[in-house]
Parts: sequence; C-alpha cells; structure tokens
Amino acid sequence: MKEELETANRPDNTAFTQQRLPAWQPMLSAGIVIPGFVLIGLAFIGIGVALFIASQNITVLEKDYTGVEITSDCYKCSNPSDKNCTCKLDFSLSNLFEGPVFFYYGLSNYFQSQRSYGVSKDDYQLSGDLDYFKTPISACSPYQYDANQNPIVPCGSLANSMFNDTFKLYQIVNGTKKLVPFDGKGIAWWTDYNIKYRNPSVTPLKNAFNGTVKPPFWSKPAYELDTSDPSNNGFVNQDFLVWMRRAALPDFRKLYRRITEGDYASGLPAGNYSLEIGYNYPVLSFGGRKKVVFSNVSWMGGKNQFLGIAYLVVGSLCVVMSTVMLIVYAKFKFPEDD
Amino acid sequence: SRKVDSRTIYVGHRPCPTTEALIPPKFCDNRIVSSKYTVWNFLPKNLFEQFRRIANFYFLIIFLVQVIVDTPTSPVTSGLPLFFVITVTAIKQGYEDWLRHKADNEVNKYLVTVLEDGRRARKESEKIKVGDVVEVVEDETFPCDLILLQSSREDETCFVTTASLDGESNHKTHYTVPDTEKNLESLSATIECEQPQPDLYKFVTVFSRCVVFFRSLGPENLLLKGATLKNTQKIYGVAVYSGMETKMALNYQGKSQKRSAVEKSINAFLLVYLCILVSKALVCTTLKYVWQSRPGQDEPWYNQKTQKEKDTNLYLKMFTDFLSFMVLFNFIIPVSMYVTVEMQKFLGSFFISWDKDFFDPEIQEGALVNTSDLNEELGQVEYVFTDKTGTLTQNNMEFIECCIDGFQYKYADSGTELDGFCVTDGPVSMLQQKAGREKEELFLRALCLCHTVQVKEATGQGDGVGDGMIHPADLRGFIASSPDEVALVKGAMKYGFKFLGMESKNMRVMNRNNDVETYELLHVLNFDPVRRRMSVIVRTKSGDTMLFCKGADSSIFPRVRQEEVDRIRMHVERNATEGYRTLCVAYKLLSSEEYDQADTGLREAKLALQDREEKLMAVYNQVETGMSLIGATAVEDRLQEEAAETMEALQGAGMKVWVLTGDKMETAKSTCYACRLFQRSTELLELTVRTLHSWAKSKPVSAFSVPPRSWSSANQDYGFIIDGATLSLVLNSSPDSNSSCYKSLFLQICQNCTTVLCCRMAPLQKAQIVKMVKNSKGSPITLSIGDGANDVSMILEAHVGIGIKGREGRQAVRNSDYAIPKLKHLKKLLLGHGHLYYVRIAHLVQYFFYKNLCFILPQFLYQFFCGYSQQPLYDAAYLTMYNICFTSMPILANSLLEQHICMEVLMDNAALYRDVAKNAMLRWGPFLYWTLLGVYQGLLFFFGVRFLFSNPALQDNGQVFGNWSYGTIVFTVLVFTVTLKLAMDTRHWTWINHFVIWGSLAFYMFFSFFWGGIICLTVKCAWLYKSFIYTTGQKF
Repeated sequence: MKEELETANRPDNTAFTQQRLPAWQPMLSAGIVIPGFVLIGLAFIGIGVALFIASQNITVLEKDYTGVEITSDCYKCSNPSDKNCTCKLDFSLSNLFEGPVFFYYGLSNYFQSQRSYGVSKDDYQLSGDLDYFKTPISACSPYQYDANQNPIVPCGSLANSMFNDTFKLYQIVNGTKKLVPFDGKGIAWWTDYNIKYRNPSVTPLKNAFNGTVKPPFWSKPAYELDTSDPSNNGFVNQDFLVWMRRAALPDFRKLYRRITEGDYASGLPAGNYSLEIGYNYPVLSFGGRKKVVFSNVSWMGGKNQFLGIAYLVVGSLCVVMSTVMLIVYAKFKFPEDD
Repeated sequence: SRKVDSRTIYVGHRPCPTTEALIPPKFCDNRIVSSKYTVWNFLPKNLFEQFRRIANFYFLIIFLVQVIVDTPTSPVTSGLPLFFVITVTAIKQGYEDWLRHKADNEVNKYLVTVLEDGRRARKESEKIKVGDVVEVVEDETFPCDLILLQSSREDETCFVTTASLDGESNHKTHYTVPDTEKNLESLSATIECEQPQPDLYKFVTVFSRCVVFFRSLGPENLLLKGATLKNTQKIYGVAVYSGMETKMALNYQGKSQKRSAVEKSINAFLLVYLCILVSKALVCTTLKYVWQSRPGQDEPWYNQKTQKEKDTNLYLKMFTDFLSFMVLFNFIIPVSMYVTVEMQKFLGSFFISWDKDFFDPEIQEGALVNTSDLNEELGQVEYVFTDKTGTLTQNNMEFIECCIDGFQYKYADSGTELDGFCVTDGPVSMLQQKAGREKEELFLRALCLCHTVQVKEATGQGDGVGDGMIHPADLRGFIASSPDEVALVKGAMKYGFKFLGMESKNMRVMNRNNDVETYELLHVLNFDPVRRRMSVIVRTKSGDTMLFCKGADSSIFPRVRQEEVDRIRMHVERNATEGYRTLCVAYKLLSSEEYDQADTGLREAKLALQDREEKLMAVYNQVETGMSLIGATAVEDRLQEEAAETMEALQGAGMKVWVLTGDKMETAKSTCYACRLFQRSTELLELTVRTLHSWAKSKPVSAFSVPPRSWSSANQDYGFIIDGATLSLVLNSSPDSNSSCYKSLFLQICQNCTTVLCCRMAPLQKAQIVKMVKNSKGSPITLSIGDGANDVSMILEAHVGIGIKGREGRQAVRNSDYAIPKLKHLKKLLLGHGHLYYVRIAHLVQYFFYKNLCFILPQFLYQFFCGYSQQPLYDAAYLTMYNICFTSMPILANSLLEQHICMEVLMDNAALYRDVAKNAMLRWGPFLYWTLLGVYQGLLFFFGVRFLFSNPALQDNGQVFGNWSYGTIVFTVLVFTVTLKLAMDTRHWTWINHFVIWGSLAFYMFFSFFWGGIICLTVKCAWLYKSFIYTTGQKF
C-alpha cells in the first residue's frame, strides 16, 4: 500500500522528464573546423567555376527598340497617337547563335510589382467562373465596368495593360526575307496553363462573353486572341498567361517565343536579320524602355554571372579563413601541447 | 476634537452610563478579501489589465488598423492569435480568482460564537463587529484581533501559538485584563486603542471601566487573528480590530503579478523594434510621395487610380499609407513570440515539478510550481533572503552536552537512556574526570527549575509519579515559550531529573532516586532580549531560598565570580563555534534579608503604572548579582540537510545571503555559524538594541557614529547583524534630513558584507528589507525563501518567492512562486534549472527578434522595387506560417531541451552562475549582435536574389520567374538560414532536436511543393495541387 502511494506521487524517472535524454554534444575543435572550412570552400569554388563557365557560354543579344533616338527606325512610332505603326530593327550575327534560341521582350521602369496593379484582377473570373463574368470583383476597378456598366472580361488593370507589340523575325538571305518560325507553345508556366487559368466550358467560347466588353486597351476580345488554336485562346492564351505572371522588378523581361523549328532548330546561323515590330505599346509616358532579347540557356537558366561569382567569393573566403585559422592554431596551440 | 490616531471601543456595545451620547463609531466589517475580481468587473478589469501589457496593446492596435484601413494583409492574421492569447489568459486568471474567492469564503463564513445581550449566538465570522465579545475554544483560530477578557484557566492566562503569523510554533502566554469583573454581561468598559498598524509586537491601549478604573494594556493582552488557542479550554475576548484592519491582514500584501527581468528586457527590445518598425513605415511613406512626385510615376496609364482614390484627401492617404506599411512590417514583432515564450515557460516549468531530485520521500511530494513566469529569474538571483527557523534549521532542538564545573558531559546516545548519568557508567568525559556529585545534582536541579515550561496534562494516562515508573519522554508534552527550554528540561530528564509540573505554586521534580522534590516558586524573573537571561526564585522544603539563573554567557559571566568563569568559558566558546546554542547556569543562595528586599522590590515594580519595565529591570539587575556559576549547556537546533553546503554553493555563485528571522540574535547567530554563513574569520558588525544601549552609555552621541576603526584589507569578510527595533529606527526614522542618509548608509554597509543577519523581525519588516534591497541601485534580483506564514510578506515582495513545504502550515507554499520540500533543493533549483532556463529564454528571445528582423527586412527593401505600394514580398500563407509552423518548433524545442553545459557541471561549479549574472545575455551588447546579424542576413537574402533576378530566366526552359517566385526564393533561403543558425547554436542534440529541426525544413519543402507548385511534375500531383489551390486561395 505504501509503495503504491509512493509511485503515485513520485515523478516519473524517465530520461525525458529528468532532462537526461541521450544527446550529441558537438565540440568544434580545430581538427574539425579547419578541414571543414577547406572542404566547404573547395566545394563552393567548384560550383562557382561550373556556374561561371555555364554562364560564360551563353550568348545574349539585346536590342532597345523604344525609338527615342532619331536614328532608330522606331522613332517614327514613338508618338502614341500613331496607331498600327510598324518599324524594323536590323542586326547581323557574325557567328552561329546556338539554339534553342529564346526570344524575350523587356520593359524597364515598369512597375508590374505595384500592389494596386497586382490585385487588380479576378482569379475566379480567370478560372472560368461565369458568375464573375457578370459581376467582376471590385478590386478590378477602374476596369471593372465600362461607362455603360457592362462588365469587362478579363477585368482589371493587369489584364488591360497586356503587352501587345508583335514581332516577326526575318533572315536576309541573298536580299530576300526568310521568315524565322516562332514557337509560341510552352512559354507560360505549366501550372498557369493547366490549372490556374481556365476558359469557361462554353462552346463556342464567344458565347461565354455575351454581355461583356473587352478591356479598353485591347484591340480584340479575349476569345479572339488566337482564333487558329482553341487551346491557345481566351484565358489560356500563352501570351496572356506570360503577361499575367507579374514581374518582380521594374526592369524585367518576359518570354515571347522560342525558335526551335525548321532550319533554325540548331540556332540562328550567321547572317543579317531584320526584326519587324508592330509598335503598339506606349512606354514613353512613364519614362519606360522596350527591348528585345535573344538568348540561349544552359542548365542554370539564362546568362547570370552573379551566382558563379558569389559562389567563388564565398568559397575563397572559406579557404582564406581556414588558412588564417591554421596559422593561428599553429602559432598558439602547438607549443602548449609539448 | 478626538485625535484621529486612536479609536474608542465599547465592550459589548454598552456605553458607560456617565458618557452622555454614544455615537457608535464606524469600523470595517470582519470580511477578508483577497480576490481581485467580482463577476461584474471581471471582463472590463481583466481586459484592461491585459491590454496594459505593451505587447497586447500593440497587437490590438495593429488589428484595428487592419480592420479599418485597406491593408495588404487580412485582419484575421493578427486578430486570431491575439484573440486566442487573450482568451486563454482570461480563463486562467478567472480560474485563479475563483479559487481565491473560495478560500475567502471559507474564512468569512466560519461560524463563531458571540455573546449578545447575555446570550451566546452563532455567527458567521464576517459578521463580527468591533466591540463584540467573542468566545473561542481550544484549537480554534481567533477570528479577529481580540483583547483577552476572560480565560477558563485559573491563572487568568491563555496559551496561544502564532505559528501561522510569525512562524514561532511555541506557546505564548497571554494575560487577561487585570482585575476585571467576572460577569462579562454587566461589564461596561471602553477601550482606547491606536489605529490599526501592522507591527505584530506593538500595541498600546488603555482599558477603562467608566472613568473609575484604568488599566494600560500591551501586546500580552492582545490575541491576534490567525493565531490559535492552545491548552486553554475557552476564552472570551472583545474584538478591537476586524477584517482588513487586523494585524494579519495588514501584514498580508496582495499577491501582485510578478514580472521577470527578462520580460523587462523583452519590453525594452520591443520598443527598439517598434522604433525600427515606425521608422521603416515613415521612410517608405515619405519615399512613396517623393517618388510619385516625379512625372509619370504617380499614375502610369497601365495602373489608373479609381475614382475613390482620386477623391481622397492627400494627407489622409499619407496616413493610411503609413498605417498600411505598419501592418505590412508588423510581423517584425510577432504575437507568436509571446505565445512561444509563454509556452516555453509553461512547459519548461514541468521539468521542475518532474525532477525526481526534488522529491522528498518523507512528505511524498516533489517541487511545486505556482508561477511559471519566473523560471529564468531563478538564474538571475543576486540576493537570497532566508528565514531561519524551519528553513535553515529544522526547528527541532536537542540537548547535546553540558559542562558542569568545568567538566564536560556528553550524553552518550546508547540504549540506556535515562540512567546514563550515573557516576559509575556515566557519560564520556573529556578528561575522565567528574565534577562532584553535589555539583551535578545542583546543575540538574537548576535545569529543572529555571524555566517557564509547563507540562501538558497527560491525557488518559495516570500520572504515575509515586509508582516509580518512568514514562517515556514523548508521552509527556511540554509547553514553553521557547523550544530551547523544552530541550533543556528534556536534557535534564535524560540525566535522571524529571520536571513533573506545577502544583499550585509548587514545582515538582523527580530526582535520580525517583524521589519527588517540591520547590515553592516565589518569583519568575522573565527573559527579555536586552538582559538575555532569566531567573527563578524558589524555596526548598528545608526553607532555603535559592535563585537559579540561566542566560547567554555574555550576560552571566559578569555576574559571577571570575575564577569560575575561566573553567567554563572554554567549553562555551567551543560549543558556540560548533553552532550550538549555549546557555550558562548560575545560582545564588539568598539570605532571608536579601529575599525580603528582592520580594518587595519586585512586587512594587509589578504594580507600578509608569515605567514598569524599567523598574522591574532595575530590581532584576540588583538581584542577579554575585551568583556562582555551575555550568553551561549546549543545545543544537538541527540544521536542514545540507544547509551549509547549499549556502556555500549560493555564496560561491555570487549570491549574497541575508538571514531574516523573528528569532533571537544569539540563536540566529549560532545558526549562521553552523551554516557557514559566518566563518571563523568573519568579522561581525553588530547593530542592535544592546549595542545601541552600550554606546549610548559610553558616549551620548548618535548611534551611527561608530567609533573610528581601521577597516582591514579587502580580503576580510564582514558579517552584519541588526535587529528589528534598530532596523525600524533606520527605516522609519523621523523625516529629517539624516534619515535617508541613514538608509543608504545602512544599505551600503550591508551590501559590502558577505552575510547579513536580521533578527527579531516582524513579517512586514522582512518585506521592507527585501523591498529596500530590491529598489536599491542596480535593482538586484532578490529571492526569498521561507516556510511559515511570517515569511509570506517577504516571499510576495521578492522577485522570486520560494516556499518550503515544512511543518508550519501551507501558507508560505501557497503564496510562493516555487515550493520545494527541502532547503537543499534550492541549489539545484537555482544553479541547475535557473541557469539553464535563463540561458534558454535569453536565446529564445534574441533568436526570435533576429529571425523576424531578417524576415521582414527583405519585405521592407522590396518596397524600393515596387513603387512603395505595400506589395508583400512573401505570400500571405508564408507571412502567417513563418512564425507559426516553419520556424517555431525548432526554437521551442531548443529552449526546452538545450543544455549548453550539462546539469551536473553547473551544480558542481557554482561560479558558472556568475557568467549569466546581471542579465548578461540580454543586455544591449548581445542584442546589438543579434540585430546586426539579422540586418546583415536580411540584406544578403534580398540583394542576393535581386542580383539573381537581374535575369529572371532561371529555368532551362527559358521561362521567367515572377514576383511570387522572388519572394519564395528569399523565403526559402531565409527559412533554411535561420533554422541552420539555430542548429549551429544547439549544443545538446537530442532526438527531439533532430526531429524538429530537420522536420521543420522537410515540412517547409513539402508545403511549398504544393503551395507554390514549383516542382509539380505528375498528373496526380496536379490534381492535388488544384484542390489545394482552390481551398487556400489563388496567389500563384
């Protein structure tokens, strides 16, 4: 009886309650730290070198076509009142531009990252919910309803301001223009294309948009974005998806097309090229710039020196630190051992 | 006009016939209220108190801003955790108050008997009014402060134990008002007494029976609420102080919530972070409007404003922008930190109550944690205030040895207990020599006669005096005003002389031959702390009048012949250094002239109405001269187990130990020696009534002008001794210019002594001392440890209050923050648990601030790249879950399990405690380190990714990353970095640490996998992803 009582009140004698759990207590001795630093440093230098070389091998061609300089062909289009203006940008390649080549457009001083701009869209509407076709959410304001109180689909500033310059690339072969075929597939995120954005399941698609109006900046309604291919039309149009994925920084580039087909699958051969631009998108009013970028990629993505250099710097620092520690250790520790 | 500082009480509410008109004075009722809330004021009062906490108030403001203003994050993110925290706290506090209500009711509804118009009426205790005549029977506690009118004992006294008031468990004698009528119903009298005041030992009153008859009363006539009636069948008393005005209630201070020093540091850091937060918001707001003023930036065509925005007043917009930034950055001070800190404290306190080292098999209990808020404070203690009786000592006196005429007699603890003193097989003598048998017997008779011990009437058993049977000592209860006296009487019994009790005026003693000797007790010359001795005058059967005197060596030696002194002094000093309480015994044969002179002197002095004390003292001094010294005794107050080791460890850890006791100075001093608080080499500085007297005699100057002396070099240890009366002179001296100077001087002296001993303390004085030290320069952390109700006030006053689960009730335990069964457990509690908890919580706090700084800094920096538009860098889910899911568990586990140095090493090396003293880990230095680390890493995270994003095409399919990817990359690096930082700080890796650290990272990856959909490959996964996206919102 007495023993029962004792066990009732006595605290449990377990390793946990007595704070005696078996534990590993790392001791940072010179014998571990110095070789550790050397190893980490060497590994970082290795990664850094690999990244740096990969980045060095990437070719990038960047061309501004805003048309601020009078010499530029696009100068004539820079007046915003000028509609449907086309201009061209000529350039030549002295070497083969290795493929697959990715064609980007870039904007600068353009704040896609602003909050009021970013929230100005209706996710339910874009996922094909017809209720939100009639009454878009108020975050879309001032592009929620038009002057006649018709709902705008797709609503909001983000969709309204979709990039609408068009590009055609020609190679000048013996004085004749040979169209370089663009591949517009696979430029948008897989999740955007397959999950997040959905057309309403109404055929033809046009009917779903009854009673709605297109965004004021758009030249054609959403259901006519790509009439040739239903899987690239409406809300799942890849150009639209690329635009809707907001850029993080005010100077950004977005993927426009890939050059993967025909004679150009292995890249752009040396020669003269002419880029024909349908100049529609105004940027000068807010001091922005437009550019096109041709680039190929490596396993680490586009050209980016920063990562390789960062790895190299950190790796070298580790090695330097380990030598310093070794010197200190040799100087102050060894005599004591004797 | 009546003076306000006294009150008049009409006994039984009957006015004197002579006074014209009775205006019944109003006094408070006899209700004790210790609860804080009522049903009606609970909600507002509790909420008010909770929102007085700076953190809660801050979160409330943030929540309100989120509700009112259009902000980047939803109000739920901050409202829900706040609501949770507030509710849980309110429930906890409500429950605690309900318990207090219950306890109050128990006391207030207790039924007592009151005499009303000649009838005995049962009443609830709370209905007693001042002036009521109350009946109390044996073993009952007094319901309020009473003046004793009548006792069932013949000698007009009653016995009282004040164990629950001042911790003295012995019986005290109280006296009725002298010469009152026996008939209480017709007694009409008034009592003029002072207004309630907390000093337990002070009471001045005039009792008057309607002008014709005056008696002045003192504390010996006052029965205090909370004391218990003992060995007296019943008494009648008149209530003088009731309810919250009783001395007990005045000594009881409300239990206010204690806040640890760590929490103060947290609040200081919080203010710094608030400043960072506000300045961040201000910078962003300012820059926003500067940036917008540039052409084209305010409203580019692609991001038109709504009509509403255009119409809003510019300054209002600025203000709401400011608030929005505040909300955006408010995660820098997360609610979760408070939740984690609370959890750490709550869960951590279990390790204290689980510790089996604190388990005491005797009482079948372990440690008890009443307040988990103070775990870390245990690692910060600088001053330890300890009670003596029952805390340092077991309050269990034992007769150890005596010395008769210079020969040492040590009682051999063998089986033959009672006849161990025979000359033949007597105790071991150091010199194998004995004093004469005559001297031995005289000494033992003196022990049997010179005391005020009473024999508790044996219950049931026959007295068995004549039959020669020897009763075991424990069958016979002794009641005495001090346990030493009982020990001496019991000691004499071991040697064959047995005190049988009083019979009318005769003391009966059974000698070694089992013959009963009777002595007529003529006078008792009571003990008092100034004289430090007591005497009795008895008449033997043969007609000799003898005076027996016992007292401290210092007060006896000057009064006996010098040649006798030298033989005994050696023994006394040796005993004293061994920590025993020594008393010297002397006697004197009085001639009949001498006796007559003394007798008349004593009688006259006793009847004196003025200066009674002084007159008595003079007679005492006159009688107690020219005695001859017989011997000395040594009594041990057993120390608690490992008391000396514990005290040594505490001092080794840099704590200063102060002993605060209600006990006598000599006793306390010897305990201090026994506990090694005073060493041989310690030089004692004494500031007591006695030294004041002697100084005052030697030269009439201020007591504080200590004669000039050379203070020896730094290595000298000093001990300081002060008593209650002197202390009140220091603390409550008249408000002249010198008083504050005395106080600081006193404090200065005390702080330079290794040990301070304060004796004869009232409970409130103990608290005063603690308060004085607490509020002194540098506000040191104080700890009080005690076991009795007299320690409650200091337990409540100190930063940390420790109760010992001792014999003297549970009041100390109930009011303490931590309760332990034994004093020895204090060592592990402070050096082990306290140290670890401090390190743990300090790291927890610093780490929390650090991880939130480098969490929010990138979000701040991102504002420079999104047009200052309050765009969150991280997804809302990440923002809320960062502190709740991804980074909370590793730090919580670390703060519960970390042992940077393991427990055994901490306990063996007390000096390690000094490493964390004075809040070392939470001072501005370490805080700056962690803050800079946070800033550095935050900058690195953001700008690293910024340069990475100079080309956002980061995949081999050429697709580009958007803003959420940017945030996700920063966030991933952040989560890994802060978790690995913690891993690097962890010195004690148990499987739990491994599990939560790697588990958190794995959970983060798993969560992001679905949430971000970055690496989704299979169709199955796509379906999962889809459902997830739909249920949690569609950010990506």
